[in-house]
Amino acid sequence: MEVVRSQKKPSSAFASADVVSNIPLYRSPPTLEVRLEDFERFAVDRLLVLRRISDGLARGKKPDEMEKLVNDLWKANMRHPQASEVINKDIISHFVLRLVYCRTEELRKWFLSIETTLFRYRFRLESSDVHRALMTELGIPYKVVTNAEFEGLKDKLTQVARSVSQPLPTSDGTYYKVPFEEVPELVASRRVFIQKGYAYVALNQVVSFIIPHFRSHLSKALVLTNRKWTSMIREQEKDRLTPIVEALSTSYLGPDYSQAKELGEMSLKDIDQVARTAFPLCMRHLFDTLREDHHLKHGGRMQLGLFLKGAGLKLDDALAFWKAEFSQKVGAERFDKEYAYGIRHNYGKEGKRTDYTPYSCQKIILSTPGVGDHHGCPYRHFSEENLRAALGKMGVSSRALDDVIEKAKTKHYQLACTLTYEAVHGSSCDAGINHPNQYLSDSQKTLEAKKLSTQTSFTDVQ
Amino acid sequence: MTKEEAQNGGDGMLIDDPEPQNAQVDAFPDGFNSNYLKVYYGRLFPHADMFKWMSYGNDGKHPACDQSYFGRREFSFTLDNDIYLRFQSFKSASELENGIKDKCPFKIDIGPVYSVDPSKRLAYAQSGDNIFTPVERELVFDIDISDYDDARYCCSGADVCLDCWPLMTIAVKVIDTALRDDFGFNHILWVYSGRRGVHCWVCDGKARRLNNEQRAAIADYFRLYKGNSNSKSKVSLLGPALHPFLVRSYVDVLRDFFEEKLLCSQQLLSDERYEKILDMIPDESITSELRGKWQDSRRPASGKDVNVVRWEQLKHLLQSGKQKAPGIRRCVEEIVFSFTYPRLDMEVSKHMNHLLKAPFCVHPKTGRVCVPINPAICDEFDPTNVPTLSKLMGEINTAGLQAESHTVWDRTSMGKSIRFFRESFLQPLLKSCKEEIEGSHSVKVQQSKNSLNW
Repeated sequence: MEVVRSQKKPSSAFASADVVSNIPLYRSPPTLEVRLEDFERFAVDRLLVLRRISDGLARGKKPDEMEKLVNDLWKANMRHPQASEVINKDIISHFVLRLVYCRTEELRKWFLSIETTLFRYRFRLESSDVHRALMTELGIPYKVVTNAEFEGLKDKLTQVARSVSQPLPTSDGTYYKVPFEEVPELVASRRVFIQKGYAYVALNQVVSFIIPHFRSHLSKALVLTNRKWTSMIREQEKDRLTPIVEALSTSYLGPDYSQAKELGEMSLKDIDQVARTAFPLCMRHLFDTLREDHHLKHGGRMQLGLFLKGAGLKLDDALAFWKAEFSQKVGAERFDKEYAYGIRHNYGKEGKRTDYTPYSCQKIILSTPGVGDHHGCPYRHFSEENLRAALGKMGVSSRALDDVIEKAKTKHYQLACTLTYEAVHGSSCDAGINHPNQYLSDSQKTLEAKKLSTQTSFTDVQ
Repeated sequence: MTKEEAQNGGDGMLIDDPEPQNAQVDAFPDGFNSNYLKVYYGRLFPHADMFKWMSYGNDGKHPACDQSYFGRREFSFTLDNDIYLRFQSFKSASELENGIKDKCPFKIDIGPVYSVDPSKRLAYAQSGDNIFTPVERELVFDIDISDYDDARYCCSGADVCLDCWPLMTIAVKVIDTALRDDFGFNHILWVYSGRRGVHCWVCDGKARRLNNEQRAAIADYFRLYKGNSNSKSKVSLLGPALHPFLVRSYVDVLRDFFEEKLLCSQQLLSDERYEKILDMIPDESITSELRGKWQDSRRPASGKDVNVVRWEQLKHLLQSGKQKAPGIRRCVEEIVFSFTYPRLDMEVSKHMNHLLKAPFCVHPKTGRVCVPINPAICDEFDPTNVPTLSKLMGEINTAGLQAESHTVWDRTSMGKSIRFFRESFLQPLLKSCKEEIEGSHSVKVQQSKNSLNW
């Protein structure tokens, strides 16, 4: 595979490499050897970038904001201690994720859309040398328009530019001459001047015809990859790569809150207040239901129980908590006989002693509550009416409420939760909510900070 | 066109009850029937020329010829009793000729060249992968005057007269110029559709190999009308300037045609009709001023046509220096475009597998032959004077007994059309095809020589 290598050398002021100056086209899989750890690690890093881009799009970020986001994300996540390895990480991570995201139509659509967006914004940040290198690599037969030709066509080019409110052509600008078949989008919208079968494309229009090439190639490649995966690779790699690939698509990428070190403890006497001010909606609902019904079915006990564990509730306190509630419904004896074991099990004190980790948003969203259940993601399962009531109870203003509802309706459940967080606390959550315990810890931090600032201002006034 | 008609590949028609022509030679009262058609296919239809055209130089005379090419072209026949045969294919000129003479189709449609023989397509469907797929197809356009019913008052629907036919003529001019000057195509055939419109076949190799997306792009390049059937006739020319293609079309063709021909032939600003144009002006003060002037219905002193005078007044008002809003000045162009700019059937052009009626068919409802139109002199084309089946029958009778069968066509009104088809279209096309075949062949030979060298 040919990799477009930039002529630029990394700046000598920075010994470690943050240089990302090439954009590969991912035409063919790399023939490099990859260590298994790198296989997964590179993919995880890239996946984080893709997910954050997806979030950014769902939040309706403008192109300038997206450009900055992409730049920041790429720099933060896709570096490598060796400068020469940066591009390999790029290529390897892309191809690993192809395996992950080729497997269903929905996964393919998502991957195609986000990778194309990533490409588009990386492209914008590059110089025209890179643009030309890419056109060559794509086999687009372009010619640079000579000065003489430009002068002859300047009137027409100006007319076109004015007709689509684009910057006017200048003699030091670049125009490319490509066969009109290469730029169907531009032809269809009459955004280019064409003559004798050639379209005259301005520099800022180049991205709009490279993108469709990139997109259509990747789209076809994903279908082929899927075929290869199902017919050959999945079986061949079932002990090595397949488990990694299958885990990646549903993976939660943040901290797992299995060790609730950061928060310290959650004490029973505070729990009602914390639930009221800092719990995410899913857990608040479970908690309120427990307080009201003095009972929760298994799914709810697991979801809430593990959450409380991640929040720092000790086993003894947990037992006391659940017993206090359940014994009002089923009696203390039955609680000890039938439910205590389960709680101890969650804390890894029974059976195979696995210390279960609290559920991430992804896992919760995928669960399917039935009749009488209260677990799962309320943004997914509640009716609009119920959701409005529940959010109102949490203190979400009616203006923010509509945004949240809209996001829930368009299946952006985590985004809806994020907006809820922002509305309740009046502060932004840029990283988005991915885990109920994250919601809790962020809430607690914010509330703590507010408490301190009000205290300070109070003393200032004194 | 309805979807059903689109599938049929041409202007829709019912085949089971052709209406008899009245103004024809008495000896041949019925305008269209299978007996005449049989004679037509026997003596006049240019089978050999059609074969040469569809072969695009792959006639077997050169080692680089693709022997399978012609056999992979789809034809479809519509027969007398409304039977529709798709995916017909033929391996040679004589097979094509015999097929047509045998079945005597009321309509012949031409489809794409497929990757495999279309009559064998089912055999390939088993393998799952999309092996049966179009690989080449001319770039085609279909313009129907019934799509202009809100721009003409003399006729409607399938009727055509010499007052409204010029709308077709200028469509040909605008599109033809763009196809040559903008897109660089050279081998373009315009054909009368037999009743109410024209078809265009762009036959350059580059055109035949365009994919659906590229065809849609070209169709969109030509598209001006957006919006639903309510606002269909209103053209909205946004932006501070027009694309050079639109400017050229306006300046070279549309404006003069509108001002010098259409205004008067359709009486567009007559008392009963001017409201429609006033509706296109979004400024109440201007429209009421014009209405005020025109409701005073004195004959203009100069004796000039009232439409011309009113148009001058309208232009003067809209384009005067007082008008600041760019949308107002642009109204003049918008009105002209609304009435005169070509209205293409987008669906016909966008898909490689769309079928289109073959040239030199006879239209069952009019009996007229689908003859080529010379775009350079398209002003002279008269749809009311196109040879009909009955007329040709009479001419054959007259020419008949003395002539050898292969020159009969030359003694009929078909002669001119066939000669034009051969000389202006087919010969240059075949010459270019030969060059292409020979060129790519010698490149391949050179490459194989190079690879042997080292």
